[in-house]
Amino acid sequence: MSYHYNTGCSLNNLKGVREFIRKSLDGQEVSDLELGAIVLALDEMCSNLMIHAHHCNPDHFIALNIHIPVKGQFIFEIIDDGSMFDINQFQEPKLDNLVHEKRKGGLGIRLVKSIMDKIEYLHEGGKNVCRLTKTI
Amino acid sequence: MVHIKRLQEDGADIIAIVGEIDASSSIELDLAIAKSVGEGYKKILVDCQALEYISSAGLGVFMSYIEELRDKNISFVLFGMKERVLNTFSILGLADLLNIRENKQEAKKLADELSL
Repeated sequence: MSYHYNTGCSLNNLKGVREFIRKSLDGQEVSDLELGAIVLALDEMCSNLMIHAHHCNPDHFIALNIHIPVKGQFIFEIIDDGSMFDINQFQEPKLDNLVHEKRKGGLGIRLVKSIMDKIEYLHEGGKNVCRLTKTI
Repeated sequence: MVHIKRLQEDGADIIAIVGEIDASSSIELDLAIAKSVGEGYKKILVDCQALEYISSAGLGVFMSYIEELRDKNISFVLFGMKERVLNTFSILGLADLLNIRENKQEAKKLADELSL
């Protein structure tokens, strides 16, 4: 099964991204907590991309694909043509440092890495593809 | 979309969050906490009963106030979180850094104890 969604890079569109994921995974026997975590991880990835690679330009688009090859296995792809924003290259900040420096950012990467099994970056057909895998 | 309401009860400022907090709406939470702190409240309770979702942008707002609240001796307690919202705090270990209680009564009790 596959699902597809396109959206402009305005942060106001994150709600639509979350609704798309919830609807696509409806009926997949994913618990409320697991679904919440998956929605969160993809929200974090999309907002990072919208902010850092597209500067929240609503005329720039990102695409989301969800593949469910077998029951319980989920492959999420976020496709765009902005500058590559590879979260594997970022050192997660320590919580103590965030508190001390009163920084509001830096938590999202930690969340995504905790929730997803695998995060890969590919370059396909002139586009960046971020592939996140999760098996439940 | 998020709506944030503030009301005062027994000397505490209660910030009620209704809806979802993500990167587009976390600024509203930030402003509400800044106002409450700026107005000099020593007990601030955050009502999360109608908080349906929070992303790292919202968590970051709470984190950014931890030191200021400590320095100003402000009791700050969150309460009424749904399990999936609490799970987001727990994944990051923030549940240990913030005061979180199940309901308003327990939150008030803790805020009173902390302000002694």
